[in-house]
Amino acid sequence: MMHWDQIKTEIQTHLGQQVQRWREHNPRRIYIDIHPDSLLSVAQFLFETLSARFIIASGVDTPRDCIEVLYHFDFQGLPQVLSLRVAVPKSRLEVDSLAPVIKGTFWIEQEIHELFGIVFKNHPDMKHLLLPEDWPEGNYPLRRDL
Amino acid sequence: MSTVIPIGPYHPLQEEPEFFRLHVEGERVSSLEIELGYNHRGIEKLAESKSWDQVVFLVERICGICSTSHPAASVNCQEDIGAIIAPERAQYIRTVICELERIHSHLLWVGLAGHFLGYNTVWMWSWKYREIVCDLLEKITGNRQSYAMFKAGGVRRDLDNEDIPGVFDALDQLKPVVALFRGAIHDDPVLHARLKGVGVLSPEDAHAYGVVGPTARASGVPIDVRKDDPYFAYGWVDFQMIVRDEGDVYAKAMCRVDEIEQAVLIIEQCLKQMKPGAIDIHIKEIPAGEGIGRAEAPRGEVYHYALSDGSNFPARYKVRAPSYTNILSNEVAVIGESVADAALILAAVDPCYCCTERLTVIDSVTHQKETYRQSDLLQLSRAKTNALRERLLR
Amino acid sequence: MSLKLKTLTRSIWVYHLATGSCNNCDIEILDCLTPRFDIERLGMQLIGSPCHADALLVTGNMTLKNIPRVRAVYEQVPKPNVVIAIGTCALGHGIFEGSYTSPHRVDEVLPVDLYIPGCPPKPEGMIAGVAKLIGLLRETT
Repeated sequence: MMHWDQIKTEIQTHLGQQVQRWREHNPRRIYIDIHPDSLLSVAQFLFETLSARFIIASGVDTPRDCIEVLYHFDFQGLPQVLSLRVAVPKSRLEVDSLAPVIKGTFWIEQEIHELFGIVFKNHPDMKHLLLPEDWPEGNYPLRRDL
Repeated sequence: MSTVIPIGPYHPLQEEPEFFRLHVEGERVSSLEIELGYNHRGIEKLAESKSWDQVVFLVERICGICSTSHPAASVNCQEDIGAIIAPERAQYIRTVICELERIHSHLLWVGLAGHFLGYNTVWMWSWKYREIVCDLLEKITGNRQSYAMFKAGGVRRDLDNEDIPGVFDALDQLKPVVALFRGAIHDDPVLHARLKGVGVLSPEDAHAYGVVGPTARASGVPIDVRKDDPYFAYGWVDFQMIVRDEGDVYAKAMCRVDEIEQAVLIIEQCLKQMKPGAIDIHIKEIPAGEGIGRAEAPRGEVYHYALSDGSNFPARYKVRAPSYTNILSNEVAVIGESVADAALILAAVDPCYCCTERLTVIDSVTHQKETYRQSDLLQLSRAKTNALRERLLR
Repeated sequence: MSLKLKTLTRSIWVYHLATGSCNNCDIEILDCLTPRFDIERLGMQLIGSPCHADALLVTGNMTLKNIPRVRAVYEQVPKPNVVIAIGTCALGHGIFEGSYTSPHRVDEVLPVDLYIPGCPPKPEGMIAGVAKLIGLLRETT
């Protein structure tokens, strides 16, 4: 089992410039901002190389021109939660699906899609998870600009 | 005429919805489809129009059985945003409530599993002993369920000193119960035949799906928020993380039984270590920022993320219940199993909603569709138990 | 008709229908069967199919996705019957008021005869409520 300092070094070394911002809210809560184009490779690195556990993803509408998606990971036996943040532009609401790499993302990507309108490219089945089938098209309940 | 009880784990639901579709080849399951949404109540959206205090009441009603785990994660989350630390006595009280809930939840599961397998006595006994815990919670908090105890910065009610001997008495009554159920499962060859090797989830799949709780620990994945990211008083007491490596329904059952025993130990330590003092620091606001709070519910990790803009209302509130990850893992755990066992496997992750009320089974070869009602599933399961009993105990 | 209702009140078979609940009420309903409360001694039985039900116990918020199913179930319940709404959600949403998934109340979809409030109501409360209903039914027949 790796210590947090080792993991931190691995991430910073491997990701280098891909990390747009590294913020430690406190010793156990770390937020890394990356470009959406880096998402798949970074997530794959965390999940496969560092054996991170995928916890969940959360979409956050913002008053700016993007919707944030946070991908939350942790590492066995360690208290830290590492959250990857990508800013998906509202002008083009799409980002790579992680479902081909991390099975645990299958449902949450469907959920973020139906609640925010983000398309996850290469997701095997971009259909409704929670909302009824006849839910009005274009009505995204967690968008705040309705 | 025997009474047919809505069996599914916790959410006895109605007839029509096809929550699970099993595809079978002959008698064996080849794939599983899962449909969600019947219970979707828009809690995350609602949270944006509730005050931070009200959010705790709202999330308490996500799931009734682990109703205190969501408030636990919520206060952890709010306190994470504002770097708030609740008083020591409050942390101990929070821990006691959480562990009492773990006991009642695991006893509930044992009972329902017993019922499904045809061991009605197990059901009646475990729920009878569960009443001890419900009574205790009612005495301490005022309610059998939905305790309304937690708030950011502390707890709402103190534990009265005169109630504490009663808690110890109740715990003493529960200790032999743990031994009883552990022995019952361990010593019964029929239960072994029904549960061992059934619904195995490999450690690799456990990791791929990100499963949590007893579902993970029964597959050899040693994760438990109480140990890994200690909150409340968990860092101040001694207890074991229960991990097994078989990954089957038997392992999941034994994990839960052993966790009841650990819960009793945790509560006793809390009560002994707890000193008089404040129970609330009366915070006035949650500052702007984002935070993450988690708690180890009976089913596994509950995870809350919140964004605050400094106002009285969350700008965003994300909730992830443990069953969200665990239920999806069933799509591999049921492969190759019989229909009778499939319903049991679905129940073994202890889902926070019942979808084993009705199963649709589709034969991949003949494309024939058959619907199994609750009564059919019960019959199938019990028939298997009886057949095994005949064979093994002759 | 009144003879049937009279028969109905002697031994009630209940079917439980959850429509988007947290399970608190549902568990307390199941709890009524366990040794402490034991509703079977009062002639009440929880059954596995709506086709033989005398009473529907309804919990939850009546989420949109549930409405067609609930209507289909109600069609199967023989008449006369009684519908009992249990818990704050089934009465009027409570803390879930305003949710985008449940714009309708239970009693907008089903004809409710009895409301049992609580979050959740205690088993004693549920039994008392049903007993009250039986008393009322007996009086009117």
